Amino acid sequence: MNAARLARRAFMLLGLPLILLAAWWVASAGSTSPFWPPLQTILETFPKTWTWDRIVSDVFPSLARLGIGYALAVIVGIVAGTAIGLMPRLRALSEPVLEFFRAVPPPVLVPIIALFAGYTGWLGKIVTIALGCLWPILLNTVEGVRGLEPVLTDTARSYHLSRWRRLVFVVLPGASPRIFTGARQALSIGVILMVISELFGANRGLGAAIVQFQRSFAIPQMWTGIILLGLIGVMLAAIFKVVESRMLAWYVGQRQIERGE
Amino acid sequence: MSIIQSVRLRSAAADATAAGRVGDDVALDLRSVQKTYDTPGRPQVEAIRHLDFSIRRGELVCVVGPSGAGKTTLLRSIAGLLDLTAGEVVLDGEVVAGPPQGMAVVFQEYGRSLFPWMTVRQNIELPLKEKGIAKAERHAKIDRALEEVGLTEAAEQHPWQLSGGMQQRVAIARAIAFEPSVLLMDEPFAAVDAQTRAELEDLVRKLWKDLGVTVLFVTHDIDEAVYLGERVIVLSNRPTVLMEDVRVDLPSERDQLTTRSDAHFGELRGHVYELIQRAKRGDRPDAPPAAASSPQEA
Repeated sequence: MNAARLARRAFMLLGLPLILLAAWWVASAGSTSPFWPPLQTILETFPKTWTWDRIVSDVFPSLARLGIGYALAVIVGIVAGTAIGLMPRLRALSEPVLEFFRAVPPPVLVPIIALFAGYTGWLGKIVTIALGCLWPILLNTVEGVRGLEPVLTDTARSYHLSRWRRLVFVVLPGASPRIFTGARQALSIGVILMVISELFGANRGLGAAIVQFQRSFAIPQMWTGIILLGLIGVMLAAIFKVVESRMLAWYVGQRQIERGE
Repeated sequence: MSIIQSVRLRSAAADATAAGRVGDDVALDLRSVQKTYDTPGRPQVEAIRHLDFSIRRGELVCVVGPSGAGKTTLLRSIAGLLDLTAGEVVLDGEVVAGPPQGMAVVFQEYGRSLFPWMTVRQNIELPLKEKGIAKAERHAKIDRALEEVGLTEAAEQHPWQLSGGMQQRVAIARAIAFEPSVLLMDEPFAAVDAQTRAELEDLVRKLWKDLGVTVLFVTHDIDEAVYLGERVIVLSNRPTVLMEDVRVDLPSERDQLTTRSDAHFGELRGHVYELIQRAKRGDRPDAPPAAASSPQEA
């Protein structure tokens, strides 16, 4: 009974990826196009390309930059978003500017940031990632803080909770479902920017490696880079989900009961 | 100020309460309270025209009125969540400006007044932490409050895992653990089923007797008001003034069956019902003319 359910879940999770891989395998088998190598070739190239040395020199720096940039965006986004959400005047003042920056696609900023922070160093890349990730977190935090249940605010006031207790025990937990929504959007933007920030002027990094493979016509290697990037995305999403389900357990539980599940 | 003072002296009812005011047995005192909503871009709404009454320490007073009588406005004003247009609310001899120390509020929307990210215990604990009570004492107070409301087993659960009646018990436990000098309740049982409601009414009577806390209970339910209160303050329709301050001289031991079938309960209920019907028709008491005009002068 339980095993059957487990098997079904595993199928639901892995079924579609396996079907797609199989389709790719069949469709590309026997391909002679240099840009479109058989999947078999790509998979054989994978362990040879992504050796431990290469992971340390190319993947880890990229992930570190993503981590730093993302963390900066989370911190700045939550702090600024909470301040804007709590202060109507500040909100009225900053809203048009925020909407403007949100509308600017983050990759466009890469050349501009590179002018100031340099093409090759870590700084420009971290700033790019942080700036791109900032907006969804910031705007969602503002909305989360504003949308706080008024009865809860009244309760906090009538028990005269101090400013920081209100912040830590009422405002931030209340806004946390929205903050997580923003953080999830920001994570995918962050992965994109991690790659894009390396396309222009980097010699180390996952994105840089993919570009170098492409330029040196190491096409199967290039494909392995794309696959690795996808796998990293899946892994990051899984980590995110674990953190989210821990911190938002109350929210998930409450919603399930409200929906009568 | 002097105008209000003279108004009070002219009104017989005000005279009677004015005597009580001097003594320190008054827990809560409303002095010429007036509230007009004046939002820019919207028509002015005069919610409360003139209210003047006081509650003695240890009293259980109910406030009823027709729907739209400004009951919630009144309660929020008393709780310091709303600024008054004129007059003042005095709690334990101090004018209320912002939520006062010695007051706890139980809101109608129990489900939304509890913090869903905290367990029942944490919900009750947070205000006590704010009060600076040491951990051991905090825990003792929480346990006692939970026992009073019969929720000892639910301490580690989250509010949303409990039924509506239980959630409101948590809100009540949080309020009594806070040990307020006055407990305000805003239609707390309006959203629970009839059986739960009867239980919760008896719980309020029990807590009131056990703890000797002063209770101001706002409700739209006439039966509930008469059953619970030692006094029932009947409000007029909007803009609100006092219709009548009804003494409920029923025995202090009350229970759902005998009290509600008591002939005198029926009389009181009938009287309050009549008042509410009159209030709904727009019938207003002969409010002292100065009371109506004093807001402008003050």
